[in-house]
Amino acid sequence: MHAVLVMILQRLALGVVTLFVVSVVIFGATELLPGDLASTLLGQSATPETVAALRTQLGLDQPAPLRYWAWATGVVQGDFGVSLATRRPIADMLAMRLGNTVFLALYAAALAVPLALILGILAALWRNSIFDRVANAGALSAISFPEFFVAYILIFILAQSGFFPSMVRLSPDMALGDKLYATFLPALTLTLVVTAHMMRMTRAAIINLMASPYIEMARLKGLSPLRIVLRHALPNALAPIINVIALNLAYLITGVVVVEVVFVYPGLGQLMVDSVAKRDIAVVQAIALIFASAYVLLNLSADVLSTLTNPRLMRRT
Amino acid sequence: MTGEVLLQIKDLHVEGRAGDAWLPILRGIDLTLHRGEVLGVIGESGAGKSTLGLAAMGFARDGCRISGGDIRFDGIDLRQTPERGKRALRGRRIAYVAQSAAASFNPAHKLIDQYSEVPLLTGMARRTAQAEAVALYRKMQLPNPEEIGFRYPHQVSGGQLQRAMTAMAMACHPDLIIFDEPTTALDVTTQIEVLAAIRDIVRDYDTAAIYITHDLAVVAQMADRIKILLRGQEVEEADTRTMLAAPKADYTKSLWAVRSFARPERPAPKEAPLLSVQGVTAGYGKIDILKDVSFDIPAGRTVAVVGESGSGKSTVARVITGLLPPRGGQVLLDGVPLPQDYRARPRALLRQCQMIYQMADTALNPKLRLRDLIGRPAQMYLGLSGRALDARVRDLLALIELEPDSYIDRLPSELSGGQKQRIGIARALAAEPRLIICDEVTSALDQIVQEGILRLLDKLQRELGLAYMFITHDLATVRAIADDVVVMQHGKVVEAGPKAEIFAPPHAPYTELLLSSVPEMNPDWLTGVLQRRQ
Amino acid sequence: MGVMIFLACAIVASIPLSWGARRVMAAVLPRNMARVARDMPLTAAFGIMVIAVYLFVALFAPLLAPFPERAVVGSQFQPWDSTHWLGTDRLGRDMLSRLIYGARNTVGIAFATTALAFLVGSVLGIWAALRGGWLDQVLSRFVDALMAIPALIFSLLLLTIFGTSVLTLILVIAAVDATRVFRIARSVAQGVVVMDYIEAARLRGEGTAYLIGREILPNALAPLVAEFGLRFCFVFLTISSLSFLGLGIQPPTADWGSMVRDNATLITFGDVTPLLPAGAIALLTVAVNFVVDWQLYRASGLKEQAG
Repeated sequence: MHAVLVMILQRLALGVVTLFVVSVVIFGATELLPGDLASTLLGQSATPETVAALRTQLGLDQPAPLRYWAWATGVVQGDFGVSLATRRPIADMLAMRLGNTVFLALYAAALAVPLALILGILAALWRNSIFDRVANAGALSAISFPEFFVAYILIFILAQSGFFPSMVRLSPDMALGDKLYATFLPALTLTLVVTAHMMRMTRAAIINLMASPYIEMARLKGLSPLRIVLRHALPNALAPIINVIALNLAYLITGVVVVEVVFVYPGLGQLMVDSVAKRDIAVVQAIALIFASAYVLLNLSADVLSTLTNPRLMRRT
Repeated sequence: MTGEVLLQIKDLHVEGRAGDAWLPILRGIDLTLHRGEVLGVIGESGAGKSTLGLAAMGFARDGCRISGGDIRFDGIDLRQTPERGKRALRGRRIAYVAQSAAASFNPAHKLIDQYSEVPLLTGMARRTAQAEAVALYRKMQLPNPEEIGFRYPHQVSGGQLQRAMTAMAMACHPDLIIFDEPTTALDVTTQIEVLAAIRDIVRDYDTAAIYITHDLAVVAQMADRIKILLRGQEVEEADTRTMLAAPKADYTKSLWAVRSFARPERPAPKEAPLLSVQGVTAGYGKIDILKDVSFDIPAGRTVAVVGESGSGKSTVARVITGLLPPRGGQVLLDGVPLPQDYRARPRALLRQCQMIYQMADTALNPKLRLRDLIGRPAQMYLGLSGRALDARVRDLLALIELEPDSYIDRLPSELSGGQKQRIGIARALAAEPRLIICDEVTSALDQIVQEGILRLLDKLQRELGLAYMFITHDLATVRAIADDVVVMQHGKVVEAGPKAEIFAPPHAPYTELLLSSVPEMNPDWLTGVLQRRQ
Repeated sequence: MGVMIFLACAIVASIPLSWGARRVMAAVLPRNMARVARDMPLTAAFGIMVIAVYLFVALFAPLLAPFPERAVVGSQFQPWDSTHWLGTDRLGRDMLSRLIYGARNTVGIAFATTALAFLVGSVLGIWAALRGGWLDQVLSRFVDALMAIPALIFSLLLLTIFGTSVLTLILVIAAVDATRVFRIARSVAQGVVVMDYIEAARLRGEGTAYLIGREILPNALAPLVAEFGLRFCFVFLTISSLSFLGLGIQPPTADWGSMVRDNATLITFGDVTPLLPAGAIALLTVAVNFVVDWQLYRASGLKEQAG
């Protein structure tokens, strides 16, 4: 147990370092500009006075490490600074939307994870059957579709005939059932795209596992297929499956941006796209940091979880 | 053997899928096995021996199918029995011991739980099953029999796992056990213990067995009868002693003949050595793999460096070639110290010492034609080009006994295993070196092919005056080709000297153990060794 | 419902088409390639056929398109008729013509971006694998750090800073994607570098250029080509998504992603026209994926036979 504890602490430490590096990259990306952020934002027509004013407002007169320190300490306390476009505190703009985005992602994950695991395991067990071939071709196609294509097809089929709303309007006092109904189409879009990825990976992981000599040994011991899967395959499949799930939940983060725009869903992704168009760098940095942190934390927890389910690591002598 | 017939296979055909087509793996095999009898099945890689072993359980791997013939186990027609019926036989009346126990034990469960799995399914109490397991572990001479079962597979060594797997196969007192190369992955000194344990338990329980291996000497110890397979067909089958004394088929005779190659003794040289390894200590990270290793390689002679896995014999080669700079000591060529790192050696020095690898598949760039593979060293070191280069490549091909016109533009994938190894030799020769390091060059090859390679190397040495450093774990190879022998264990030189001295008593204790552990083609060898050791 | 029936018909019709394409390839190609063509699955034949059609359309767009790319030739949102086969868009430009020009712009830009990402990523990756040591460590840790940020998010961040022109789009996506290529190229090259023939070449005294050019690259090419296909799909989808979000290829250049965005309102009125450019994107990605899948299967199948 001791060795595993050390290993997990190492992973956690590495995660913290990664988060730090990510925040430096996100903050420091503006330094890549050949000129200076203020003059770039204001364009060539700006007067020296307005540029200088913006410089002061952005804190560009101070050295970069100091600005980073101020920004990072603020973020840790929940203060993301002020939007360049609206002058409102960014934290206020994010509060509602963060909750909405997390709701959408969890909704999609709750649909996609069980569906993908079941389909993937069945496809692996019935390898080369008609079911496997159809599921594979379908998944390959779904992966190839841009998210907005899937979204519009769903709108065309389900919303146009009035089954589900194509635009999402949320209010804080909505009942959960209404909320699930209102957000069904964006969640379904995400589910379809993520399920395809996850199913393919699950299938590959299981096939890889079923080819191992100890599974052949179990078959030669005369064990029933169910027992082979439950007792011999599953304990070893946990780690790969955890990784597959984490990888695809991380994929949701990217998918959510496009889907939110299509369905006019009041989440972080939509705000981010708006802010990119307005070149509101402060807001974009804040949201990028949130998405990247979620991504890093997901991978980190997958790492720790798969360590915990690996018998070779858990029972070291 | 007069017991009743336990297993009867008639005209068995098995096919394997290759793309859309089915190719034959076994073509019309007949087999009869009586109760309590051990049948040895011998064959080279690809002969179909494992497939036959599995078919005896009514089992075909994924991508294979039993396409014809009859398999009867104790009167039960396995080809007509549904899957459920076959499952009731497997593990209970027919058991299987796989080649790699390390991979065939499930990493997620303790050894004793995997042992008890089938007994519990047959209604035995857990306590009884575990007590029987401990008794079997003791019988198999596993250390700490009470406690070893409660470990996980990765906590137990390879030789012990192989014995634990045999114990697991014995759990339900099966009528038949299939042993699929159970000792191939083990070192000789470990192999002998496992062989003894397997043989005793099979005899004590009066279990019938099919023992699959590629090693004639091993099968001679284990089997009552031997069946020889070649490309999915039977060559011959006979009682073990008859087969050893008077093989009938030409193929069988050629298998026996392998061991006959030995070259004459040569007097020890008097001049200074070509290469001298002096007090070398080397390793990776903090661990020293070589500790104060010294030996000489005289010009024109063959020095065999012998040891089991982990002895550091391949690391010596890495130090000599400059891939691993040593922490202490030096390597001298013609009495002059070689730069430690190969990058610091000028081409004229690099050329002196060439290398031939164990796996010809990974030693030859699969995208280059033989013309370029062999020609490149000649082009680099000797400055040949155009017609002169072409002529040189053709000479070299002729030297390694391959027809230049039909081979010069082939890719490695168009060659057999033995031919690939010949190309490795030609590439080394192209540099016109004085020393060639041969790293287990014959161990991946089938026996007949090994013989050809050894003869070729011997011929080249006589013609070109080359020195060889022959790294190997196989003492038969050492006997065949070495002039001098260096025995290594745990990174140290145990003993070194001319072959005649090393192979004649008195030996150093480890050399003694090593020599006495090499199976001989005599059916009484194992019994004899065990008696002598006690 | 109509869409479903149309899709079903398209799938059914593609089967004999792919079969025909395979026959044509088997007949036209030189002998050893013809054998490969004859044995390929229908999905792969379909993929190659589709890619060929896209290439043809992209190359000959000006000849095929009935109207110029940017000209306003009608009133806005005209329905399908005999002059404007697919109607007109929000500004009254011919949909079919823009769809045809889109093949050139969208696919061309995605291809250029992938090529750039590959050039940078694979050269650095192979170099890192070959040299090992501190160079490998520094490059790999740097790439790890960049890859800790999701690709689309990182691209959005960079586009905010550098603005949205076609050039910055190509450079930004290529830079983000090069990190992924680096990782693949490095791991493929590492598989090759441990081979004994590389050791033999090093001990022979060969230089870095020879090692990369003659020993590593020929052996790393097959997986890298398959990876190129996958990366192309990914880049193509990313660029289309960005264009759809209004942050990618900018008007008036005809581009499939922004065509969907501009005309999306029609969908709520039951008009499928805006789905066509999205479908065009999907069809090409499906085709490339089918071909890559077949190539990967072939590579693994060959390996199984050798081993």
